[in-house]
Amino acid sequence: MTTASQGVKHAKQRSQAGQARLLGLVSRVRELGLLIVLLLIVLTVGVQAPRFLSIDNFEQILLSVAILAIVAVGETLVVLTRNVDLSVGSMVGITAFVTAYFFKQLPGINLLLGILLGCALGLVLGMINGLIVSFGRVPAIVATLGTLYAYRGLVFIFSSNTTSQINASDVPSSYLALATTQIFGIPTLILIAAVIAIIVGYFLHALQTGRQLYAVGSNPDAANMIGIRRDWLVFAAFAASGLLCGLAGVLWGARFGTVDSTNATGLELAVIAAVVVGGVNIFGGSGTILGVMLGAIVLGTLQNALNILNVSQFWLQALYGAAIIGAVVLDAFITRWVQRTILSRRKKA
Amino acid sequence: MKRLKSLLISWEALLVLLLLIGVVIGSVLSPYFLSSFNLAYALPSNIMEIAIMALPMTLIIIAGEIDLSVASLLGLTSVVLGLLWQRGLPMWLAIGVALLVGLVAGCLNGLLVTKLALPSLVVTIGTLALFRGLAYVVLGDQAVSNFPTAFTNLGFGTIPGTELPWSSLIFVILVVIFVMVLHFSRWGRQLYAIGNNKEAARFSGINVSRVKLVLFILSGVIAALAGVIFTSRFSSARPDNAVGFELYVVTVVLLGGVNIFGGRGSLLGVVLAIFIVGVLQNVLGLVNISGDIQNLAIGLLLILSVLGPNIARRIQVLITRRRLVAGSPKQV
Amino acid sequence: MTNPPEPIIELRGIAKQFGGVQALRGVDFRLFPGEVHALVGENGAGKSTLVKILAGIHRPDAGVVKVGGEVIELRSPIQAQALGIAVVQQEPMLFPDLDVAENVFMGRHPRDRFGRVDWKCMYREVDQLLASLDVSLSSHTPVQGLSVAEQQLVEIAKALSLQARVLVLDEPTAALSSHEVEELFAIVKQLRERGVAILFVSHRLEEVFNIADRLTVFRDGTHIITAPVSEMNTEEIIKHMVGRELSNLFPKGDAEIGEVVLEVRQLTRPGVFADVSFQLRRGEILGLAGLVGAGRTEVARVLFGIDRAESGEIWLKGKKVRIHSPQQAMEYGIAYVPEDRHQQGLVMNFSIASNITLAILQKVSRLGLLDPRREQKIAGEYSSQLRIRSSGVEQLVNALSGGNQQKVVLSKWLATNPSVLILDEPTRGIDVGAKAEVHRIISDLATRGLAIILISSELPEVLAMADRVIVLHEGRVTGTFTRSEATQERVMFAATGQDR
Repeated sequence: MTTASQGVKHAKQRSQAGQARLLGLVSRVRELGLLIVLLLIVLTVGVQAPRFLSIDNFEQILLSVAILAIVAVGETLVVLTRNVDLSVGSMVGITAFVTAYFFKQLPGINLLLGILLGCALGLVLGMINGLIVSFGRVPAIVATLGTLYAYRGLVFIFSSNTTSQINASDVPSSYLALATTQIFGIPTLILIAAVIAIIVGYFLHALQTGRQLYAVGSNPDAANMIGIRRDWLVFAAFAASGLLCGLAGVLWGARFGTVDSTNATGLELAVIAAVVVGGVNIFGGSGTILGVMLGAIVLGTLQNALNILNVSQFWLQALYGAAIIGAVVLDAFITRWVQRTILSRRKKA
Repeated sequence: MKRLKSLLISWEALLVLLLLIGVVIGSVLSPYFLSSFNLAYALPSNIMEIAIMALPMTLIIIAGEIDLSVASLLGLTSVVLGLLWQRGLPMWLAIGVALLVGLVAGCLNGLLVTKLALPSLVVTIGTLALFRGLAYVVLGDQAVSNFPTAFTNLGFGTIPGTELPWSSLIFVILVVIFVMVLHFSRWGRQLYAIGNNKEAARFSGINVSRVKLVLFILSGVIAALAGVIFTSRFSSARPDNAVGFELYVVTVVLLGGVNIFGGRGSLLGVVLAIFIVGVLQNVLGLVNISGDIQNLAIGLLLILSVLGPNIARRIQVLITRRRLVAGSPKQV
Repeated sequence: MTNPPEPIIELRGIAKQFGGVQALRGVDFRLFPGEVHALVGENGAGKSTLVKILAGIHRPDAGVVKVGGEVIELRSPIQAQALGIAVVQQEPMLFPDLDVAENVFMGRHPRDRFGRVDWKCMYREVDQLLASLDVSLSSHTPVQGLSVAEQQLVEIAKALSLQARVLVLDEPTAALSSHEVEELFAIVKQLRERGVAILFVSHRLEEVFNIADRLTVFRDGTHIITAPVSEMNTEEIIKHMVGRELSNLFPKGDAEIGEVVLEVRQLTRPGVFADVSFQLRRGEILGLAGLVGAGRTEVARVLFGIDRAESGEIWLKGKKVRIHSPQQAMEYGIAYVPEDRHQQGLVMNFSIASNITLAILQKVSRLGLLDPRREQKIAGEYSSQLRIRSSGVEQLVNALSGGNQQKVVLSKWLATNPSVLILDEPTRGIDVGAKAEVHRIISDLATRGLAIILISSELPEVLAMADRVIVLHEGRVTGTFTRSEATQERVMFAATGQDR
């Protein structure tokens, strides 16, 4: 090796590291950006309404998004594989109702059993989604749009054959307590959401199967070529989404007490907003649970801010829509900017 | 084209069969089904908004995109119409503005998809929420309901001499126009080319971006028109008008044989599918099955309309493969 | 005396057909460990097909494949990989959202004793791998930002970590700068020291002499010769590569060459091509020769309005023009028959008639409505003129043979009545008979006054058809020859960047 080419090599290594840093930064930018947005909201609203800044309020925000966060974790798994699950709202709704009904009809029953029932129901529904998409080769939008309404219809049938509404007084207090107890001063709902986020986040980072999910979304054909069992992974992702929706449904019933067949209608919008805002690429292959959690918190904070500022809650849905569009547009611009920067750097090199 | 035609014809034959089965079941389940009032009025008016929105949706899906925001846009334009009327604007002007809102909204969708090259699925999920949200912002939880009879006649009244609603006339005119465009005009040919092979279309001098932009604008205007008809029919402008209609529209199009990935499908199938879904909705209504369960049925229908052909194709492939293996040449 | 080593790969009598075209005819081939073996031949010679068979992507119609002395039925890429065969395709198949280390180890992440992914170990191993190859890439780099050269290096690193015994590089240098090629070769030499067998597919003869021990020439799907590189010289190799009788091709008619129709001045697209200038006259066939990646198609894309040049001028019939879109190009009378007829030239699910009229929809419609009779008439005219063999103009083009498909694409563009016709590899992937017909058509068109640019990697074609030949190498014009001046050797030399 001559010194000249060694010099070139060092220069290249530096530019390499520089580029790696640039791209690494961009993926971190999302999480940093969300923190900044969060800070901005907190500051601007806090100035106008000081009670916004209380710990109590912060706890309220986290409580309000805890269930959303759990569902969003499941949705993330699906979106990472380049699919989407629009039926999450219906899955939460049906599991909430069925679980609450179960507790109402069998008041002495073991709490754990009820929870398992809800989760199992969610798991089954998720597996149906997975079968249709993975093995029936029906595109995820079509499949989950269909199950969105099919599952909602099922709740309705179930409810009209049993009872139209279940009240807080109908269910055992141990069930309701799920949502109100605190451990070390932190509500269990928030703890459960946090634990799930940590477990799934860990899975995605530290386990080979988790990494394979990213591969499937990033380049499905390449994944196939190296022997990754794409169909099974996609099926598992939908099943997991269903399972988490089941758990969320159980918690929903505990939190709200009064449950009917219209629960969680439209939840999928908030979930997709949290996922997209949280930096998960809608085409799959990239995204972190941390980002999604931050996304959910930002949305929750926005909702809380609207409340505190006495702005009509009617702005909320419009806000979700704007957030989704904004996030996707922003991502498009960032990608373009990054590509242009890399290209121009390479020309100079 | 011949082979394609024969394939389509067999799907359409299936649809005709389904329609007939539906009609038979309907007449068995309810004595009112075959009444002229039901067939000429109740059934058509209930499916009308979905029917007319399915027309541009067909074109959009054939071109390889999708627009999930149509029902929300219907709600938004309905609310705008109601609000303007409440504030004293003359009806024709209010309708004009509503249509304009549809145009602008469609333009938004179109620009996001063409200029920024964003996937239409995500964009229209976002606008689905945005438009519906704006509808709530505009009217809150109120409703506007004191519309003039001249207006409500549009959706509610019948064409003199028949029992058909006025809106059916609009539908017929639109069907004729859309069929002409899709199946007989050069723009239709461009659409099929784009849906089949976007790059080859571009290499043939077709301005793919402009075509798609026009499609989204068209979808927006038609959704606004559907909003006008809906408001007139129920004589009520509410933010939650037509929630969930996008499911029906997409179902109708896919059931009609249009391939979700683009490039294939015909309006004949879609029109048949409109009738099938109309009959289904009508029959379920006559036997007092609620809207939520109707939704369930449609949801299943949607899934089956794609799953069915997939399974059929797989079986076909398995059969052909078995035949090939049986007769394959041995290696040297 | 040591025993002759066993070949790590042995192929006997391999044949493969694709839709009527015989890509490989009874080919024998042997690859030994610790050698760099070059596989050369023109486009369509069968090199890529052989590579795909080794990769487990295609299965041979006939013949025996032996890996490591055992007869194997290669059924899938995974199996090939498991047998130690690593193939680096021209377009690397990587995961853009993941970093280099994960791309190397996807599916086989190193794990710690708890079963978790051992990131530190993975990054360390990949860094070591890259360092051992003397590559300055960091294992943390996201693949998305990598150049093609760097992506190839990742693929090679992957192959090494798989303990590959055979590394196949398919035209690896097509998209590389000369500097990157140097780096690649250093790595190849290293691998050779380690006993890996390397199959190196290439057009570029100077590279072959640089790096290869032995070379094999394919032509028209047949194995022509295998010999040590030291025993061969460029002229011999080219003769073997090109060797068919020129008289097989249709002799060019004499067209009257008229005024300048198109003039290109200093056309530049940084990183793609630079300072390209030439003139094109009525009735003239201008051959644009060069290797894959030389930039010829890129020039055509700029002329057709698909891409834009950064600097330079385009003059049409004496007027300076700016071409912003294919539509505009068509208005100026420019037509482009693209390289890839499946992805760019045809809508495979459309009929012959629909494809032929796709660029002239306005002409076959009245008040916006299509006139099916006029469509059929035009399609029928071209069909008979160009002798398109089909069951009728309503037949879907995906049922036609390659040659007839190409004729449909030609018809489509002829129907636009162009004054400049750019043909990009018009006879690629079609059989000899159809080739001759296409050449006849092209010659005819020139006689009728069309100005034609013929982009081709097939030397005999260029030499037989062109009035003048311009050769591009790495984006620059390296040679201009008149019909009488142009010989196979001269053109090849210019195409491979060598000085005459």
